[in-house]
Amino acid sequence: MEFETVIGLEIHAQMKTKSKIFCGCSTEFGAPPNTHTCPVCLGMPGSLPVLNKQVVENGIKLALATDSAINRENRFARKNYFYPDLPKGYQISQFELPIAEHGQLEIEIDGQKKTIGITRAHMEEDAGKLIHDELEPKSYVDLNRTGTPLLEIVSEPDLRSPEEAVAYLKKLHGIVRYLDICDGNMQEGSFRCDANISLRPKGQEELGTRTELKNMNSFRNVQLALEYEERRQRDVLLDGGEVIQSTLLWNPDTNRTESMRGKEEAHDYRYFPDPDLVPVHIDEDWIERVRGDLPELAGERKQRFMDDMGLPEDVAATLTSSRDLADFFEQVCVDYDNPKKVSNFISTELLREYSPEQINDCPVTATQLAALLQMVEKNTISGKIAKTVFADMLQSGDDPEKIVKDKGLVQMSDEGELVAIVREIIAANPDQAQQFRDGKTKVMGFFVGQLMQKTKGKANPQLANKLFAQELK
Amino acid sequence: MDLYNLTLQQAKDKLAAREITSVALTESILNRIDQVEDRVKAYLSLHKDQAMAAAEAADKKLQAGQGGMLCGLPLSIKDVLCTETMPTTCGSKILEGFVPPYDAAVVEKLYDADAVLLGKVSMDEFAMGSTNENCAYSTPENPWKAGYVAGGSSGGSAASVAASECLASLGSDTGGSIRQPASLCGVVGMKPTYGRVSRYGLVAFASSLDQVGPLTKDVADCALMMNTISGHDNRDSTSIQQAVPDYTAALQDGMQGVRVGIPHEYFSEGLDPEVDKVVRSGIAMLEEAGAEIVEVSLPHTEYCVAVYYLIAPAEASSNLARFDGVRYCKRDLDADSLIDMYKQTRSQGFGDEVKRRILIGTYALSAGYYDAYYKKASQVRTLIKDDFAKAFSQCDVLASPVSPTPAWKIGQKSGDQLALYLSDILTISANLAGTPSLSVPCGFSADGLPIGMQLQASHFQEEALLRAAWNVELRAGVKGKCPEL
Repeated sequence: MEFETVIGLEIHAQMKTKSKIFCGCSTEFGAPPNTHTCPVCLGMPGSLPVLNKQVVENGIKLALATDSAINRENRFARKNYFYPDLPKGYQISQFELPIAEHGQLEIEIDGQKKTIGITRAHMEEDAGKLIHDELEPKSYVDLNRTGTPLLEIVSEPDLRSPEEAVAYLKKLHGIVRYLDICDGNMQEGSFRCDANISLRPKGQEELGTRTELKNMNSFRNVQLALEYEERRQRDVLLDGGEVIQSTLLWNPDTNRTESMRGKEEAHDYRYFPDPDLVPVHIDEDWIERVRGDLPELAGERKQRFMDDMGLPEDVAATLTSSRDLADFFEQVCVDYDNPKKVSNFISTELLREYSPEQINDCPVTATQLAALLQMVEKNTISGKIAKTVFADMLQSGDDPEKIVKDKGLVQMSDEGELVAIVREIIAANPDQAQQFRDGKTKVMGFFVGQLMQKTKGKANPQLANKLFAQELK
Repeated sequence: MDLYNLTLQQAKDKLAAREITSVALTESILNRIDQVEDRVKAYLSLHKDQAMAAAEAADKKLQAGQGGMLCGLPLSIKDVLCTETMPTTCGSKILEGFVPPYDAAVVEKLYDADAVLLGKVSMDEFAMGSTNENCAYSTPENPWKAGYVAGGSSGGSAASVAASECLASLGSDTGGSIRQPASLCGVVGMKPTYGRVSRYGLVAFASSLDQVGPLTKDVADCALMMNTISGHDNRDSTSIQQAVPDYTAALQDGMQGVRVGIPHEYFSEGLDPEVDKVVRSGIAMLEEAGAEIVEVSLPHTEYCVAVYYLIAPAEASSNLARFDGVRYCKRDLDADSLIDMYKQTRSQGFGDEVKRRILIGTYALSAGYYDAYYKKASQVRTLIKDDFAKAFSQCDVLASPVSPTPAWKIGQKSGDQLALYLSDILTISANLAGTPSLSVPCGFSADGLPIGMQLQASHFQEEALLRAAWNVELRAGVKGKCPEL
């Protein structure tokens, strides 16, 4: 039997705001436990939430970037449940009237475009973190993260394969990065993805029983977990079994999904409007103001790269697939205004090592890369040597000038110095010299190769050709 | 005259004239507490050292010709308001010994006004109750009659004011919790408009209904307290940005041009004849002062109790979830799992009435019941608000009883929850509508128990209430009468 995979994603994007959603505490990651807290985010008796307007603006930005409808009246609701990382015993979220609904995103796989629906996006507060003692039966609570603003973005079950899911995830990741509303760091959990996946016989309308996957903290893990779960469900169904609706955790060490213990029972969250917060009215003026402040998004930027810089569409698409990469590219072009050469080098050398989303992890700065390409332009080094130097820069983070100097890689462009070596080589290879004189000009490659060997690749290749041609006459 | 018998305004004037010192005044009240507290049982925690230090500081300011609006005046505060230097128990075992890390907004305002805070007074646990019998620590007795309830939930506030154990007090009112004990103890109590006074630091019972307000010896003191605690606070999203008038300016003799509405639904069956008589005499006083008396109707009154007992417990069930033993509260240490810890901590920490309301509220919000209960109640709440809007197009002030009966014996109604819930019928509508309301002493029963009159007005019309109450007070002849203790 053939099956169709149905996937929907729930993404939690932590907002890049200075302060938390309902109090003035810092959202900075990595501070000592419980230092970024106050009576409000600690859920102290009598404390009250006050909404951070920036979070609403971020919600509007996301809605605009995903063609979503913006609800003019927003309400916050309480989602009630007990857990030690939730100090109030409820999470302030949105239920009936989320900020954005009915949006969409276009993804592309192997040149095929597809539109994925976005059910809704709502604002809510993050919970704290439990730290379990490994030696003693004790748990600690760190409430620094409590009250960090989140946008939860729920897709329609429109995704039909793990590849589509990852493409959608990357697209959305690109959008929040372009909008600069989330730092997109999946490792630190500021961009988290849960997935619902089910299988149904091809042609069947009704959805199969789904499982929910959690703990996938990289694009690769999302792909692997979905592939694993797709296979697992198919095996269960082919065996005549039934998929059990459950929440599963991806274990990246064993590459398997595992059932989540403890938190399994069905919850009744008893949502109701939070009486401590007044409704938020979003008027046309506010939306237009935010629209006016929207940064250039991927599509517009791609077009500009094609129109103004003359880059081919596929190259422009790659460069704009992440804001960080596009920013990096443009920054290099500020110091070295040759978009074609810059894009070539980035496509071949940089993207081999770093994906567009991870470009900020690369130790080489835009200024350093521009300096490297300028050395090629000025014939200080050859294009080939530049690649070696770049590999070194990726390792050490050193400036290209330093590496070239330390390793003596400066291109040899002194004719007098080179002519002596050229003559030596011709003298040592009389047969090949004769062949050349007889018209077999292909032998030139052999001679240049010999020269490169003797100069450790530093000889200026144009000069080398010229000198051999001259000396072999 | 003993200093403790002074009103807030009298003491303020004497302090300003340097006739007395705050130290002498505070000592007088602390002595009074020593004498009568065994009988009244109003205080949950008394902080003599802090009070005397504050009195000394106030005297220095007064000597320097400085000092805030309540400089050197000793007050009590309901134990539901957070205080950084005093335990805040909400009358509950679960918060035994809990000291909040911050002061409530109104407490800050009292400190800014240089008031002297004596201590925290008793209340029904988490403000749930109307007799103060639901306090885990002590039940105040009515200063007018031993063995009788002081009312609730701000029973400690009302009793401490009536017994001159303070000059004035702050309480909170979710369904009548300031006005009903004020009526039963013969003091003035006001629930301001929702949003008039900051709720920041008021431990929440039902967030959409709770409001902090004063309990005082007379109407002028009420105005003075309102001047101190009112105003917008950006820490409370439901607090409203509206200028605070000088409430003492509203105290004018005469009610010319004022229409006083009598909602006939508030004078229905079950109303004690003595209460009916006293309140009607109060209405006559308003008429005598020049008011026009008009009949009005609040047709949805009969649904108020049902609506209230769905909305308030629903909000409470969520508000009280934070008392889980994780960060504060007395945790059960014998529990062997997380769920068990929650269950044991909350089973041991909360009293019966709190548990009952958490259960009712949890049920009302549950999947499948939400629409029938919480949502329906919210819709009827809108109709109740509309009733008031209509009534206030026909009159400026509503006059009615506060409590259907005067104070009763402690223990007399305990166990009969429904009877107790029904006794809230005359006060809860103001909380549902968010309108201001006040109780002013109007007379006494044959047994010598005080009977108050309830006045209600439209949003932010506290001045109309104070003016009407002032006119009743001028004519009722009960001002200055003190219980014999």
